[in-house]
Amino acid sequence: MRIDKHPILDFSSRKKIRFTFEGKEQYGFEGDTIASALHALGVKHLSDSIHKKRPRGFYCAIGNCASCNMIVDGIPNVRTCITPLKEGVDVRMQEGKGRF
Amino acid sequence: MRQAEVVIIGAGPAGLAAAKPLLDVGAEVTLIDRSAMLGGQLTKQTHMFFGSEKQHASKRGIDILKLMVEAIETYPNLTVLTETTVVGLYADKVVSCVKDDHYFKIQAQYILIAAGASEKSLPFENNDIPGVYAAGAVQTLMNVYGVKPGDRVIMVGSGNIGLIVSYQLMQAGVQVPLLLEAADTISGYLVHASKIRRLGVDIRMNTSIKRALGETSVEAAEIWQLDENWQGIEGTETIIPCDTICLSVGLAPLTELLQQAGAEVKYVRELGGHVPKINQHYETSLDAVYACGDVAGIEEASSAMISGHIAGIEIALKAGYTVANANDILPRLRHDLRNLREGPHGEKIRIGLKKLGVA
Amino acid sequence: MIEKTGIASLEQVKQEFPDKVVLKKPKAIIECYKEIPCNPCHTSCPFEAIYIPEDINVRPKIDFDKCTGCGICVYNCPGLAIMVTQIKDGKIAMRIPYEFTPLPEVNQTVYVVNRAGERISEAKVTRVQISEKQNKTALIAIELDEQYLYEAITIEVHHGS
Repeated sequence: MRIDKHPILDFSSRKKIRFTFEGKEQYGFEGDTIASALHALGVKHLSDSIHKKRPRGFYCAIGNCASCNMIVDGIPNVRTCITPLKEGVDVRMQEGKGRF
Repeated sequence: MRQAEVVIIGAGPAGLAAAKPLLDVGAEVTLIDRSAMLGGQLTKQTHMFFGSEKQHASKRGIDILKLMVEAIETYPNLTVLTETTVVGLYADKVVSCVKDDHYFKIQAQYILIAAGASEKSLPFENNDIPGVYAAGAVQTLMNVYGVKPGDRVIMVGSGNIGLIVSYQLMQAGVQVPLLLEAADTISGYLVHASKIRRLGVDIRMNTSIKRALGETSVEAAEIWQLDENWQGIEGTETIIPCDTICLSVGLAPLTELLQQAGAEVKYVRELGGHVPKINQHYETSLDAVYACGDVAGIEEASSAMISGHIAGIEIALKAGYTVANANDILPRLRHDLRNLREGPHGEKIRIGLKKLGVA
Repeated sequence: MIEKTGIASLEQVKQEFPDKVVLKKPKAIIECYKEIPCNPCHTSCPFEAIYIPEDINVRPKIDFDKCTGCGICVYNCPGLAIMVTQIKDGKIAMRIPYEFTPLPEVNQTVYVVNRAGERISEAKVTRVQISEKQNKTALIAIELDEQYLYEAITIEVHHGS
């Protein structure tokens, strides 16, 4: 899902960043947010809704709508669409409101 | 508590434009944004801007951003707080923030809200499943992070964002077979519409989405024709395979902080929703609290830059600074802004501002 | 109807073209059918051939006597709504703005498409211009049969061929 060639932008030569998603090792690139790195891996389903447990992905990408909330390093409700991807973070899907 | 002379909330085109004149006069400016990057929506705008040279027309948004950041970044009187979310705003000009899981407060003398807007959604069955994304969000995903939303996108809405993002999806190598518009005419600039039509995008009027299909993510869109009252016509449904549905159905000003602080707001449909009542100096009903850019009414980025520039000068003047040539610059900026709002595409904003009592 | 489809009618298109005699020399054809607040075509033209008044919403007016067909307005137009056209020896030589990757190569055969995005012909690329000042909007020159004068608008590069 990465853009390999673009007429205006250049996404080449970015540093790889390793992280884990659901316990499995994955990698993204420097400059990614957690949500963009996951999307690039084909992961669109980030959490389940509070009452009906429906699948949720990102929606606004500006940290406003809460649709992309996930558990990052054990902390729930992290807005993954604006949280930069950092080396070694542990990312997990969130069910409902999440729990500390 | 931290002290700051001027706090600007939002580092998009409006906030960046406002910072410059304030820094020029020597004011201590704290610029806050919840994103890791400065620039707001400019960070993803790979297209050339409209307007005139004064608003950097013909330059790409991403290049305009570089110029705007270069113009302020070396000032010693600037403090930049990125990845910082303002979670509270109070009438006594206390701004409470969260950064890196730490909560802190700033006592400001002047506050400028340039928080921008958020994209609206549209009610239809399954509109909550992954793959149904705001068009601007997809633009961010592609142009900031270099990630495609999918391989085949149906765009809903023919405003400039819908038209421009369709084009940029194709530039990223994504198919856009179809763009739907509920109204009977294209609402964005025709040059943008023609640009994607000649690339093969089928643009359909009086058509909307009935439901998204798919269990854990979008697999198809069921579309249907609308009657003159925008009601779906039974029997006109078609199922179009796609993995992404982009919604470009308008923006809503992010006025929550202003409302929390007790600033007077008014619902003005033409301006996108609740907007602060501002006077001609961009001051809200709260003393020394200002608002500019999309938070004060949805417009284009070029208008946000001008309104930010004006608001920055107005705050400098109110704070007692001498702004060189203010008597020449301010009328010229107001004139440029009026000029951007003339013509058929400025009608909505003109009506909105009239309702708000600003124009 | 362009307001509903994005496709200009033949009548509208013809109104933006000068007489064919004038097209013996290359001329900019501007297809900016509705008022928008924008004027880079006017300010970028080194020959003062394109005019937009103080109110930048007014549609551009081109003076074909002054236009040299240089193409500067083509890559400065944010709407990519300008091309340069010339008629020579029963063929048209067009230069169009292009912002896709990969760029076609000189002598490559490409599809020519109309305003509805339909392939109408094939053409040979005669020149690919992409300088620093164009800021990533390439100018692609193609040559094709004169009958497509009012139809041809852009190209589609063959993939995998």
